[in-house]
Amino acid sequence: MSAHSITEPSSGTKWIAGILVVGYAVVTLIPLLWIVATGFKTPADAISYPPKVVFDPTLEGYVNLFTTRTRVTPEQLEALPPPEGFAEEIVRSYGMVIAGPSRFGERFMNSVIIGFGSTFLSIFLGTLAAYAFSRFKIPLKDDLLFFILSTRMMPPIAVAIPIFLMYRELGLSDTHLGMILLYTAVNISLAVWLLKGFIDEIPREYEEAALIDGYTRFQAFYKVVLPQAATGIASTAIFCLIFAWNEYAFAVLLTSGTAQTAPPFIPTIIGVGGQDWPAVAAGATLFLLPVLVFTVLLRKHLLRGITFGAVRK
Amino acid sequence: MQVVQQIFENGSFMTNSVITAAAEKTPPSVARKVRGLSDRAIAWIFVAPTIFLLLAINIFPLIWTVRLSFTDYRANRLNREVEWVGLRNYERILTDDGIWMNMQATAHFLVWTIVFQVLIGFALAYLINKKFKGSALWTTIIVLPMMLSPAVVGNFWTFLYQPQIGLINYMVEFFTGIPASSFSMLGSVELAPWAIVIVDTWMWTPFVMLICLAGLRSIPDYIYEAAEIDRASKWRQFWTITIPMVLPFLMLAVLFRGIENFKMFDLVVQLTGGGPGSITELASINLKREAFEKWRTGYSSAYAVILFVTIFGLASIYVKALNKVKAR
Repeated sequence: MSAHSITEPSSGTKWIAGILVVGYAVVTLIPLLWIVATGFKTPADAISYPPKVVFDPTLEGYVNLFTTRTRVTPEQLEALPPPEGFAEEIVRSYGMVIAGPSRFGERFMNSVIIGFGSTFLSIFLGTLAAYAFSRFKIPLKDDLLFFILSTRMMPPIAVAIPIFLMYRELGLSDTHLGMILLYTAVNISLAVWLLKGFIDEIPREYEEAALIDGYTRFQAFYKVVLPQAATGIASTAIFCLIFAWNEYAFAVLLTSGTAQTAPPFIPTIIGVGGQDWPAVAAGATLFLLPVLVFTVLLRKHLLRGITFGAVRK
Repeated sequence: MQVVQQIFENGSFMTNSVITAAAEKTPPSVARKVRGLSDRAIAWIFVAPTIFLLLAINIFPLIWTVRLSFTDYRANRLNREVEWVGLRNYERILTDDGIWMNMQATAHFLVWTIVFQVLIGFALAYLINKKFKGSALWTTIIVLPMMLSPAVVGNFWTFLYQPQIGLINYMVEFFTGIPASSFSMLGSVELAPWAIVIVDTWMWTPFVMLICLAGLRSIPDYIYEAAEIDRASKWRQFWTITIPMVLPFLMLAVLFRGIENFKMFDLVVQLTGGGPGSITELASINLKREAFEKWRTGYSSAYAVILFVTIFGLASIYVKALNKVKAR
């Protein structure tokens, strides 16, 4: 569009539009900023009224997030050697000592293992299937593709009932493998649909040329098509990862100990007399941060990802 | 179901990807000597694992659910004899007043989240499309809530909603003078259904906005230029060009939000747990109680079957309407 086009909005219109949008963005950010801020408050500051916007930042929330603590008598506290490091110092100021690490690290690692495991598997299977759907004549292709998509329409709780029974029989309950397979099954629809769209956009001539040069079909696939589809594969992977990372319904129903991920765990962090909000906020901050970074990286493909490739632009 | 399929096939009507078109026009495989595996074999090797996984983890469980729905099986009592009860589970669900209350709660949530998200989302997209300086950056910022974990964020919103100490109540007091401790967004029967609508709207308005923005950007300038030459007023241009051209996109956004919110579980279960009483007990939350707290496995399997038949049914009717709009 040229600057002189009659459809170009006037600078006044632009200003008003800009102010309204920025206003909305600021309001929408408040809950997120509040999470980050609460993570650096003391429990007293977190629940003070009126809410404190200016406060002395502390790492107490993070210390409480990563440790379990026990109360000791003042005499015992006196008898201890001087505190090592800031964490011990904070805890002792409350008349307690660090008893050991909390479960948070473990749960976070579970999220990482299950997230990356299922993403890898979804992308691996999804790329193969998407390539076949994009390039070959497959009987009942449309029905198969729709079948793959329709699996996404079921409420997770409804699917969880038989999965729960099945996993109980197979010994997959509360295991990393079980969760990886389950998240892969959920993500594969997204992976196939998105990747098929990306591969459709790669002209067939490249492979045809490679085949004429004596490549086998398989070589053409991984030496010609895969590198061309790299961006698409990367953004699809991020979408799968975000889904697995955020998933809650299956996680809360099918995991309890060994394989529990962070989303069911974070809301259960409690302190003295109810939820320990600074620790919860600290956990939420650490957990949400990677997704925020990925969202910014993904922004160009965001629309495509969230609509299963229906809107590409 | 087939109609849903159509819209995805025709998904390309919404793209301006010339490359796709070019790729589709290339002639199918040039005749050549087969080296290595045949295309047919490769096609099956590539597709089979995906289909197998879906059969094992989606279809087999689905069939199992249907089977269980005709029994009185209880997953917490392994040694109890299971009896076939025919359609009795279905009959009990469809005549249960409690379930109709849950359906009403779901409908309230569904309708109002969609109304607010469409209005605010479209308005935002319209404003962003004015292409002011920095609009791309602000778009990215606005999108952030939608990508986050609903359970973790929902849990934190219960803190923001606290009557004594919460930020939301404080802001309400600050702007309206209503004392912050006089009302509880999540604890009151009148306010809780709106409290969950507010959080979902906060989270998902960007989704509708992004799709609307794609719709607005797909309208070529020359249409407006032609209207301008015909001296059509801006108001008239908006109603005769902008709205009809964006409508298919908007309807697609509504389809996605509708399906997602019909299934809604994580956000609301963290916010209210279905309470107070069962005023915000959406279908999925109710189903979770029946299946995993009361352990009425057979009964809840029937409930699950009813839920996804409803989703598929509504989605198919809706997509039919969408395809009509698209065809215009």
